[in-house]
Amino acid sequence: MTVLSVRALAKSYGGVHALRGVSFGVAAGELVALIGPNGAGKTTCFDVLNGQSAADAGAVELDGRSLLGLTPRQIWRLGVGRTFQITATFGSMTVRENVQTALLSRQRRLWSLISLAAHACVDDADALLARVGILEQAHRPCAVLAYGDLKRVELAMALANQPRLLLMDEPTAGMAPGERGELMRLAAGLAREDGTAVLFTEHDMEVVFTHADRVLVLAEGELIAQGRPDVVRADARVREVYLGGGDA
Amino acid sequence: MTAASVLLQFLNGLASASSLFLVAAGLSLIFGVTRIVNFAHGSLFMLGMYAAVALAPYVGFWWSVPLAALAVGALGAVLEALLLRRLYAAPELLQLLATFALVLIIKDFALWAWGPEDLLGPRAPGLEGAVAIAGSRFPEYDVFLIACGPIVLAALWQLLRRTRWGTLVRAATQDRDMANALGVDQRHLFGSVFALGALLAGLGGALQIPREPATLAIDLQVISDAFVVVVVGGLGSIPGAFLAALLIGEIKAFCIGLGFSEFTLAVEFVVMAIVLVLRPWGLLGQMPAPVRGAGAHEPAFALPSRGALQALVAVALALCVVPLLSGGYTLVLLTDILLFALFAVSLHFLMGPGGMLSFGHAAYFGLGAYGAGLLLLKAETSMGLALLAAPLFAVFAAVVFGWFCVRLSGVYLAMLTLAFAQITWSVVYQWDAFTGGSNGLIGIWPAGWLSGKTAYYYVTLATSLAGIAAMWRVLYAPFGYALRAGRDSPLRADAIGIDVRAQQWAGFVFAGLFAGIAGALYAFSKGSISPEALAVPRSVDGLVMVLLGGLHTLTGPVWGAALFTWLQDSVARGFDYWRAVIGAVILLLVIAVPGGLGSILRARSSR
Repeated sequence: MTVLSVRALAKSYGGVHALRGVSFGVAAGELVALIGPNGAGKTTCFDVLNGQSAADAGAVELDGRSLLGLTPRQIWRLGVGRTFQITATFGSMTVRENVQTALLSRQRRLWSLISLAAHACVDDADALLARVGILEQAHRPCAVLAYGDLKRVELAMALANQPRLLLMDEPTAGMAPGERGELMRLAAGLAREDGTAVLFTEHDMEVVFTHADRVLVLAEGELIAQGRPDVVRADARVREVYLGGGDA
Repeated sequence: MTAASVLLQFLNGLASASSLFLVAAGLSLIFGVTRIVNFAHGSLFMLGMYAAVALAPYVGFWWSVPLAALAVGALGAVLEALLLRRLYAAPELLQLLATFALVLIIKDFALWAWGPEDLLGPRAPGLEGAVAIAGSRFPEYDVFLIACGPIVLAALWQLLRRTRWGTLVRAATQDRDMANALGVDQRHLFGSVFALGALLAGLGGALQIPREPATLAIDLQVISDAFVVVVVGGLGSIPGAFLAALLIGEIKAFCIGLGFSEFTLAVEFVVMAIVLVLRPWGLLGQMPAPVRGAGAHEPAFALPSRGALQALVAVALALCVVPLLSGGYTLVLLTDILLFALFAVSLHFLMGPGGMLSFGHAAYFGLGAYGAGLLLLKAETSMGLALLAAPLFAVFAAVVFGWFCVRLSGVYLAMLTLAFAQITWSVVYQWDAFTGGSNGLIGIWPAGWLSGKTAYYYVTLATSLAGIAAMWRVLYAPFGYALRAGRDSPLRADAIGIDVRAQQWAGFVFAGLFAGIAGALYAFSKGSISPEALAVPRSVDGLVMVLLGGLHTLTGPVWGAALFTWLQDSVARGFDYWRAVIGAVILLLVIAVPGGLGSILRARSSR
């Protein structure tokens, strides 16, 4: 079942065609990697998908509903969770409070002046923290967490909305090699359990070829190859783009 | 209006745009390189005026201008070396406060050196006459001023484009970290940029003396004008400053020329509002580059322990029995302390958890005070109704001003809050018929049953404690968490569906409401109000209270307000240079104890 469907997406910045007619889909429970050399259009593609910039042409649909023209907030409400290349969490809150805030937002309770936030959604928050494996750190302030653990907090926050689609921008950037595989296994396991579609960009080719079900290769704004990792790895054009460009 | 008078007003606008540009260009240049918004820039302008007036009798006008500019430039170099150099790595709030401390010190210095009277400058020899333009007479000196703006712009442009120093300045403006990594000597660069910026401000001031007298009030007037100019033109952009100075200068000239001088501020405000909505970073400005590694990690705040709550209840109970033990003076002082604690907590709510630094919070305090006075005296309502409805004045202003403020962040936001506060002050100050102008309103006394000091103390105690408790409680509610989320990481807040702007706007209004309540209490406790209640120094008082107590504790602002109010009451009486002392205290705090008194107490208890 296709969760995300992107058709003929185009976007240019002052004459530079960042995306020229990109089409792909991501199915429920599927992990899809979006790769390509620097400047290939990955970031532009992500920005359009999560509502940070507007597309010039094309269609983006989540379960058949168009996402184009919506704000990041509206897109989140429709069921799109995100993690960032550089982790973005709330440093003045504990790990549990970070997740509680996301849960409160989902329930549209953040305008409440009366209830005590610390007592809200504790069980749900702890269940999410247990899923990503940092329940024992629930009471620690995010500001003092190790980077790998922050990535897990982000994942728990992204999952708080029970997303249909999870967008992960460079999920393993800044992590030690050992931690990378662990985080990707975790994300893959959670996605399969919930039937969440996952689209991620990644620089580490080992992570890509180990964990992705399918790989999309962007070069100069065009999709030059897509398919199973072993097929993409053998593709002549992909090899040329990566080896010829000197950026892998 | 005839074509000739339009032309004349246009030329008038150009003439006043020149000195506005000189100030704004210096401000922009300094900000571009050092990322410090120099609140004392208007004070340097003022010093330029006084220095030129003082020098002119000895060396003549034409020598006094460059000498005054050089003197102010040299002072700038000294200030940079002694003070600002220590602050480049400090949080924005401390930088802004330190330059604000300079405003206070420089003002008192000018008061000490030249006295409180306005000083008239000489006319410019050789340019005393007027030229005939379209059948009217236009001062020759103004023609000279019109030329000054473009000449300075061209000179700055050459300096920035053609010299090695200019290349370094541009590199540092675009990417300070990178310039630093490439081995640019920050010390010399920052020092020289600050000196040049100060020189431009001094030059602007000195050139102004044939047109208007040197006064002590000009510093805040100039700085808020300069803020409007750089907000409109784009912070860091010299051509933007020029364009915006022309725009603002012309608007002022035409408002005055058409006989609507009281609308000048309103029109200026509308122009700024339109620009902010269409181009949030100004006409020629760029979105500020994200600061690398800023990671402003605020400490987490947990629910208060049982012991802490018991201690707070004990303090509240102790305050309830004070009137039984002592009277008169103590009660008046405690009433002041309580209402200023409410004001300080509302400011802390805004700038701490809310993450919105305000240099104009007194506007809401003052509007609450004026609201109470106007309702009682003009609408002749009962005292109870006046006290209840007065904060709505503050709420209304917070709704309007906040809507613009939450569109900006960081120093832009701080500049805008100051500009709004200054506009509010000017309206109150100039609207003689309604607000009593500079005299203010008198005869705002509480109703008979509350006229006793004890009775009014209890009203203030109950209202302030309830207000403070309400704000603290809200910080532990989901709304408070949403505010902190927006401050900690706007990106993440947006990505989990939080409407950061809407939450901030509500937070702004919420803080304005409680400042307004404090102001209403103040009006009835004093019996009279003057524009000082909402002037910028009152906003700074609030900042000092918060800073004294420490930004990172909830109770800090209360202790800060208590200490500050007590000091002001005991030390300030009969000492003319009290503001300079406050300035010195701020500088000491910023440099020696950046965490506030709260941090000392915490460090001691954790030892």
